[in-house]
Amino acid sequence: MTQVLAIEHLTYAYPDAAPPALDDVTLHVEEGELVVLAGRSGSGKSTLLRLASGLVPHVHGGTVSGTAIVAGMDVRDHGPGELAAVTGSLFQDPETQVVMGTVRNELAFPLENRGESPAAIARGVEEAALALGIAHLLERPTHALSGGELQRVALAAALVGRPQLVLLDEPTSQLDPVAGDELIGLLRRLNEEWGTTILLAEHRLERCLAAADRVVAMADGRIACDADPSGFLAWAHEAAPALETPGARLLASVGLGPAPVGVKQARAVLRSHGALPSAEGPALLRAGPVASGRAHTRLSAGAFASSAPPARSASVALRLRGVWVEPRGEPAILRGVDLSLQAGQRVALMGRNGAGKSTLLRHAAGLASPSRGKIERGGRVALLLQNPNDYLVHERVSEEASADALAAVGLTGFADRHPRDLSGGERQRLALAIVLGGEDVEPPALLCLDEPTRGMDRAHKADLAVLLGRLSATGTALLVATHDPEFAALVADRVVLLADGAPIADGSAAEVLSGGWYFATETARILRGAGGALDPDAGAALVRAWLGTGSAAPLASHPTPTEVRRR
Amino acid sequence: MPVRRSVSPLHAARAAVGCLLCAVLALPALLFDSPLVLGAVCASALAIATAAGEPRPLLRALLFALPFALVIALLNPLVTRNGLTVIARLGEAPVLGQVDVTLEAFVYGCVLGLRALALILCCALYASVVDPDEVLRLFRRVSFRSALTATLATRMVPVLQRDGRRMADAQRCRPGAAPSRVALVRAVAAGALDRAVDVAAALEVRGYGTARRPPRVRAPWSRHDLAFAAVALLLFAGTLAAWLADVAAFDAYPLVHGDWDAAAWVLAGGIVLLPLLPFLDRRGVEPRRAASQLAWGRR
Repeated sequence: MTQVLAIEHLTYAYPDAAPPALDDVTLHVEEGELVVLAGRSGSGKSTLLRLASGLVPHVHGGTVSGTAIVAGMDVRDHGPGELAAVTGSLFQDPETQVVMGTVRNELAFPLENRGESPAAIARGVEEAALALGIAHLLERPTHALSGGELQRVALAAALVGRPQLVLLDEPTSQLDPVAGDELIGLLRRLNEEWGTTILLAEHRLERCLAAADRVVAMADGRIACDADPSGFLAWAHEAAPALETPGARLLASVGLGPAPVGVKQARAVLRSHGALPSAEGPALLRAGPVASGRAHTRLSAGAFASSAPPARSASVALRLRGVWVEPRGEPAILRGVDLSLQAGQRVALMGRNGAGKSTLLRHAAGLASPSRGKIERGGRVALLLQNPNDYLVHERVSEEASADALAAVGLTGFADRHPRDLSGGERQRLALAIVLGGEDVEPPALLCLDEPTRGMDRAHKADLAVLLGRLSATGTALLVATHDPEFAALVADRVVLLADGAPIADGSAAEVLSGGWYFATETARILRGAGGALDPDAGAALVRAWLGTGSAAPLASHPTPTEVRRR
Repeated sequence: MPVRRSVSPLHAARAAVGCLLCAVLALPALLFDSPLVLGAVCASALAIATAAGEPRPLLRALLFALPFALVIALLNPLVTRNGLTVIARLGEAPVLGQVDVTLEAFVYGCVLGLRALALILCCALYASVVDPDEVLRLFRRVSFRSALTATLATRMVPVLQRDGRRMADAQRCRPGAAPSRVALVRAVAAGALDRAVDVAAALEVRGYGTARRPPRVRAPWSRHDLAFAAVALLLFAGTLAAWLADVAAFDAYPLVHGDWDAAAWVLAGGIVLLPLLPFLDRRGVEPRRAASQLAWGRR
């Protein structure tokens, strides 16, 4: 087999950075492989992808030793422009990768740069658009596309030249679960049908392991594991639990194996041990005693005190009554939304890209006024927008927020640092400190967060959940717009599902997140929503109960919300 | 200002013709001092934008340009000593010396302000009706990188506008005192640089660094191409002829004097009405309602 990427003993350091971002990396990728890059934030995944695309070192500078050969071209001798003939790259933020005014022009751009004939360009554009299902978008202006559409267009632009190697850096981080799953399925199809080699960095491993041929885990710039998905999960269980998927943790907790790379395999393992009956269709299992497991998870995280929040427990933090948002000349974004949040309540707001989540948060915080309807606030509403960088305007962390606010988010030791020198997770916490304010500011009755876990690894998400739990325990209500069902399950006690500007589901997290296909945690999907178990610990408690009886649970109807709450 | 395609005959015309029309419209603003002609250019730009379904970008540009034009109008009489009709004696000023405001200097300041307004409106018209991607194609065979840089500069405007709006929202979310303007300007500049680096990286991985000279593409001329090109040429010829014939002459110094005869009014009328004629033929153009559908933005 031909090697598309061959890296030998490569060490790379960014300019003015002491520790190398890549440290003695040796990696070979064969033609037609789909390789997932795993690792915590800052482990070197993005740098490795940028190396393969030639941006490192040609655009970023820095020092390199060792060799990196991409499709026969040495990265040190060939810049990103030349490597673009054999590679296609897609990074996290699609908005910064689209350079032309219309989708057709965007797809034509790489081919025009190669000096292709007009006929070849027209054919290439049509084929890429058809392959990615965006033919209907070809004449649309790029500024009018949704996040998911923009990501597809950027991917099509990366693929239009039929590259041998496609490099993707967290391409699903801004996508809703539906679009994310679609994108991974699309990559698998391109890999199988076109033979395209794919190198994919991703934090939500449960989403892509089933499609992968190999997983390369990175830590501190080095390759810590290079194995097939099952081998990787076995390694992660021992060496890097933060990289373990919920499904793998679920089975490991009950002592079953092998570690499953996806929902299908997890079900097969459970079924083979009699812990899951074979069933046709969306049959659901009878709920078991999951309350203890779930409560244990939450309390052990230290995030969520089970006692009622003090002080404002009975007051309303936010009430929306018949709120409509109807921009001039455009379709309505919110359609008669009724929503009420009590003090200390933790609500996750979910829905597809464009469902109206961000708009709802902006209106809740008073950044915009609705066309119709009323919004009542129980006090100050703090809003943390998607991009923490938008809040950072000073030269030192201590100038951005007061000392007590920094202490509240665990950034006391960073007071003299420049805000833009902080990591993504630290910036997020700093932005949170800014919107929360110090002791001289009225504490918020409601904290709204818009996609706070975008691009975050699992450990950082857990840290954020702990922080939010502490806030919630003081009586501040939380309204978190998120695409991440695992984070929603971790942080929320209630989930509101928005579609086309109106809530279509509103219930306990167990009820909403265990009853769907897309807006469901991996544990819930494996157990088909049984008992409202959302996380591996609660799922394991349920499976242990079933195994303890020695027989598989019988098929039953889906638990009612009351049943779920009681449990 | 993002360009919406094929929602008017002017949008449907090729970029070269759109560029030509905007340039020809700006020509009288450069050649003539007559307020009548300068006003006609402003009115023409606004009328064309309205006929093309894009009045808002030009009205926004007008709002931005009016204070600028006013500053020019007020500044000129303070710094020039020409003109015979003194309307105010402001005495000694530290740098300017004896400041006597003359009627002629004030009128010429107004002419300069009006000229700036006309040129800004012509640029805004170009930005809202000419597709920058097509401009890139137009000039890439001559100077690819310069054309791309110019195109990207146009494209960066809406991106930076969105960034600015987001940052303004973020600052509104801060409790307590707002940060200083200096801090905000510094942050906006840093954000713009970050954006520029991201876009540069995107360009590199799309093969911009090794871009080759593209083959020549000949596209057939549409009815809208022909109509607007004919109007542009007619306007160019009329403007040139009027300038050579000293039509609509205007002098601010030493005393204000201008021709307001029939020829001047015909020239002004031609500048306003001629570019509107091609809009009467809407064949081959999408219905206007498509514009709102196309502009359906992100939520």
